[in-house]
Parts: sequence; structure tokens; C-alpha cells
Amino acid sequence: MAWTREDMAKRAALELIDGYYVNLGIGIPTLVANFIPDGVDVTLQSENGMLGMGPFPIEGEADPDLINAGKQTITELKRTSYFSSADSFGMIRGGHIDLSILGAMQVSEKGDLANWMIPGKMVKGMGGAMDLVAGVKKVVVIMDHNARDGSAKFIKECTLPLTGVRVVDMIISDVGVFTINDDGATLIELAPDMTVDDAKARTEATFKIGELLL
Amino acid sequence: MSKVYKGAEAALDGILFDGMTIMAGGFGLCGIPENLIAALRDSGKTEITAISNNAGVDDFGLGLLLQTRQIKKMISSYVGENKEFERQYLNDELELEFNPQGTMAERIRAGGAGIPGFYTKTGVGTLVAEGKEHKDFDGETFILETGLKADVSLVKAWKGDKEGNLIFKKTARNFNPMMATAGKTTVAEVEELVEVGELDPDHIHTPGIFVQRIIVSQGLEKRIEQLTTRPKSKGGA
Repeated sequence: MAWTREDMAKRAALELIDGYYVNLGIGIPTLVANFIPDGVDVTLQSENGMLGMGPFPIEGEADPDLINAGKQTITELKRTSYFSSADSFGMIRGGHIDLSILGAMQVSEKGDLANWMIPGKMVKGMGGAMDLVAGVKKVVVIMDHNARDGSAKFIKECTLPLTGVRVVDMIISDVGVFTINDDGATLIELAPDMTVDDAKARTEATFKIGELLL
Repeated sequence: MSKVYKGAEAALDGILFDGMTIMAGGFGLCGIPENLIAALRDSGKTEITAISNNAGVDDFGLGLLLQTRQIKKMISSYVGENKEFERQYLNDELELEFNPQGTMAERIRAGGAGIPGFYTKTGVGTLVAEGKEHKDFDGETFILETGLKADVSLVKAWKGDKEGNLIFKKTARNFNPMMATAGKTTVAEVEELVEVGELDPDHIHTPGIFVQRIIVSQGLEKRIEQLTTRPKSKGGA
């Protein structure tokens, strides 16, 4: 059985380490905050200028001056600090954030990421994604393993405009978990009832099979 | 010479012209100078180059100036909230320069700080790097980005005093402090204008030297783009 969006978010939460400063992207990555393991204390950064992001506000208490990078109303915590966009990206570009979890349209077997533009179709912009993948120490992608038409998203070379070159360290998809480093990509975990052959059939990228799956 | 003006129209008088470059603070609709944007629209000035992280939504924020076709070019990082923007761009009616958000923030900071250019690793190997100087430092490749300045910067703060010292509130700060430094003329609108001496000097985010004109916001809407809440009874995000 393939992993659901929540399963992927739960798996991604296992990458959180006590004391980490973490930036969560919009969409499935935001769900990761719901599955932070007990005993693990992480501080969430929001690139619009906040460290120490709290939960959504209680009904009736939303503050228009307090939003996250997805423009959702949120709350502050005791540890919260606010700062400008320049300081925020100083943190990001300067390598002070430990982990970034974001979505993808395509990932190449070398770790190239495309997630911001479909030429002639989608004109939204990269927002902070290029800065995040360039500066954050570890980059984890959560994505559906295949596009809606069934085509592979984990491929040899990205065909869409890139967000960053050799920036992705890990992919968590409905199929399983892949790591990517200088030696290439490796399948290290499979979702329940998924087989290595399933993973191969749904992937264009070349990958090795991790020890635990052999 | 007093920096305090009666309203947005008076505060923009004499500094606007066709073909000008403006900066407008805000992230989404959070921390945008609502009164000043409305007054800029009402001025009827056209061929504007607008530097702002986003383009507002169709009927609010900078979206107001897109509706009236006053903007010729936008420099932004993300415009996904504005359908009219997308339509104008895909029809070649609008020029667009996408900057990575951190690069944009730093370009504005640099512009205001007298730094004409800087090297960053953001965007190396992407469309953003095309045509830009590349340089290696310690075995890693960086690209040259230039500082940004504006004829007029429009910013929004929470509190200000009559010298133009500003304090921002929560995430409404975003691009406002850097933009205040990068405008030839910077106009600030504040929710509360106090006498000089009432703000704690240690708490001032933007020193008054960067602000030439200041007004008190009237009838702020402070629209929320994505109202997300949790029920009173339960915990969790």
C-alpha cells in the first residue's frame, strides 16, 4: 500500500533532530509539524520573518500582522523572534537552518530540483525556494512519486527550469524513501507492500538498492 | 521641516512621475502600505516599475495598480495569488523579473547601504544565473547580483514618531525596513504616530534618517489572505 500524504509527512518528521531549526514548505511539508516525535524539540522558521512558529490561532484570535510564508494566520510562542526578510534569508543563505522540507515537480538522480515553473503555463515565481535549497544544510523533498498522468518525477535529468543544482539530499514519496549524495541515489525504504520492482517501474532515475532492502 | 503629512495624497505630492520606480513593502497582504498604494493608483501615474515581493491579489494591494494598467514592470519573487497578473504576463502586457526572495531582500538592503553588487550562491545553475557574472570562492560558485534602489519607497509600520523613527509589528515587518533605506524618497504610513521621545530608542527598527514623509493610516482593511484557525476546544496545529 502506497503511503498517503500523512504517511509521508510522518516519515519526514523522523528526519527532525532535537534542537534543529527547520523550514517547512507549503503543502504536504506543512503537515510535518503535526508529527514531531515526542522528546524532539525543533524551532520552525518562516521565511517571511519569524523564528519559533506556533500553531494556527484559536477561532476569533487571528492577527493579520502574524502570518506564515503560506500567508496563513499563525501564532507566536514564548521563544518567538521576528525579523526582516533580509535577516531571514541571512539565516537561510548563511547556513544557519538545519533542515528544509519542500515539494517538487521533478528531482534528478543527481539531486537537481525543479519546483517553481512550467514554461508558458505556471507563472507564480520561486519565492524563497532557491535561497532555501542553496543555503539550508539538509534538503528533504516530499512529493507524489509520479505526476497525475503517471509520468515519472524522479528522473535522470530535470526537463523543467531548475530551482537548484545538486541540492536534494532525500526524497520521501508514496513509494518510499531515497537518499541522494555524490555517489548517486539509493532506495533505502519502501512503503508497505511496495516492492523494489514497483519502485523501478515508477522511476526513471537510476538508483541503488539500500542494504535493508536486499 | 516637518515630515508629517496630512494624508496619503499630500504625502505623495510632487514626488511621483510617469516611468518611475517604486518599492512597496509587504509580504502577501501583510504589512502593505494600503493608503499609499491607493493614493498612487489615484495619482494616475503610469509606466511604473514596481519592486515588491508580491503583486497583491486581484482587487487589493498592488493588484489595484495592475487593474488600472499603471504598472509596466514588476520585480517580485512570487505572484501566484494574482490571476490578473498572470493573464497580463502571459499576454506580454507586463514585464516581469523574478528574483529569489532572499536575493531580492538582499538587493534592496544593498541598494540602501551603498553596495552596488554582491555575490550569492542562490540561483547558481538556474535561469536566474543566466547572463550574470560567476565567480568561485573557496571552490564554490557564486553569481553577482546588483543592488536595487527606487525613486519612491512606500512602507508600512506599526508605530512611528514625528522624526520618522519606525517600529514594525510581528511579520508585518518583512521587506519594509530594507525598502525604507533604498528609496530616494521614503514615505511611511503608520497605525500610530507619537511625539518624538515616546518610542524607546532601543526598540526602533528603522531610524528616522531613512524616512522623509510620514502619515497616519486611515481606515486600514488589513485583509487576511488565508484565515486558518483551530477550534477552541482542541489543541494542535
